Amino acid sequence: MNDANLLRTPLYACHQKAGARLVDFAGWEMPVQYSGVIDEHRAVRTAAGLFDVSHMGQIHVRGPQAEAYLQWLTPNDLGKLAEGRAHYSAFLTERGTYVDDLLVYRLGPAEFLIVVNASNADKDFAWAKARTAGFDVEIDNVSHRYALLALQGPRAIEILAPLTATDLSAIKYYGFAHGQVDGARAILSRTGYTGEDGFELYVDPEEAPRLWDRLLEAGAAHGLIPAGLGARDTLRLEAAMALYGHEIDDQTTPLEANLMWAVKLDKGDFVGREALVSAREGGIARRLVGFEVVGKGIARQGHAIVSGDDTVGVVTSGTYSPTFEKALGMAYVPLGSVEPGSPLELDIRGKRVAAVVVPLPFYRRPR
Amino acid sequence: MYPSENLYSREHEWVRIEDDICVLGITEFAQHELGEVVFVELPEMGQAFDTGDEIGTIESVKAVAEVYTPLAGEIVEINEALVDDPELLNEDPHGDGWLVKMRFSSADDLKSLMNAEQYEEYVKSGGE
Repeated sequence: MNDANLLRTPLYACHQKAGARLVDFAGWEMPVQYSGVIDEHRAVRTAAGLFDVSHMGQIHVRGPQAEAYLQWLTPNDLGKLAEGRAHYSAFLTERGTYVDDLLVYRLGPAEFLIVVNASNADKDFAWAKARTAGFDVEIDNVSHRYALLALQGPRAIEILAPLTATDLSAIKYYGFAHGQVDGARAILSRTGYTGEDGFELYVDPEEAPRLWDRLLEAGAAHGLIPAGLGARDTLRLEAAMALYGHEIDDQTTPLEANLMWAVKLDKGDFVGREALVSAREGGIARRLVGFEVVGKGIARQGHAIVSGDDTVGVVTSGTYSPTFEKALGMAYVPLGSVEPGSPLELDIRGKRVAAVVVPLPFYRRPR
Repeated sequence: MYPSENLYSREHEWVRIEDDICVLGITEFAQHELGEVVFVELPEMGQAFDTGDEIGTIESVKAVAEVYTPLAGEIVEINEALVDDPELLNEDPHGDGWLVKMRFSSADDLKSLMNAEQYEEYVKSGGE
């Protein structure tokens, strides 16, 4: 816990003051919970939660060939990404597997911000930097320039509105605007990792503690509470959002992970395209599904899906779902078991437990 | 914090001796470390265990913990209320959140356990 090598976000003191339980996450000392995972989860589903996700990495790409470079380095179609919009994409290996998943923001005609997982930030920057040859681009790791606050939940917009002159209702889902929050410069992005409406605020690290306190103060009457990585994980799982190291990694492709909606094979060449085209032609052997545990217990990452004496699949994420009050998870299973209703058998610490495939996402927010 | 009538194990279980029966639970420290308990699996009535055997599992949203019995013996009662309301374990780990009652076979096992004062010291030093 008191490991001197752990990194801390600019909000570390705020978390301590709030009585957070701090854990090592990807080399960062991060709050896993404040009042409790279930409490925080429900606040985000019914009111709002405030997350510190300043540990995430940011890469700035600009230059005359910034678009051409990223169009080749990432699988989603930047040609369709307008200024003021973000999209979900990835860095893929030549084998079509994941280096990381990420968001790309188009800041200008030839300027982009890429937001990557904390656990992969250094690897991602090195990956991107090593592939700039032949492109007239400048690339910088600007992770230290941003603190990132995620205000998530159905009441996020009414909490944020009084603190900014930016017209929040004009920002569509996956849109963003440059503006101010309580006098501090910010990128206000209508994105998140919870399955709820909300905003991610990219702000100056020096301003972050003041904004954190200000948002919590302004949101208290609306039911806003600080939320940790524990709730972030149960929320993203209910929304069936992939997490690197779980659903995706350098052994999995978007074909298997149901993420081809963010891969545009017909946009022209990109890193990993060839492998994906032949993998699609050859057919895949397994696919990611959602499941609900029917028997007793909670499936966790790494638990086997079994058939008789054989291991036929693996759980990528599993938890108790605070919304549905049952054990849910995602797993890679053989193609014969992907249809909703298919029975699965889990090996939970040596015990055989029944589960059933259910449609993803588990949770879709009411609109 | 830690009732003086209980004895404590290094794995953060407590036992309370009532004649030839012992009541077994997990400690305040253990429930706090686990977080909100959402699932408790207990043994069957009549099941017999040796010292150190796993008798059940407790799962919180984020973690799972095995429960080991510090005493050998036979299960004579399980806390059914806890199976229905796992949060009892967070609310009252040394009381309504008890796990099982066992008829223990030997009092020798008790010697290896800590009293409340020793356990409190153990927890203060990290509990590992």
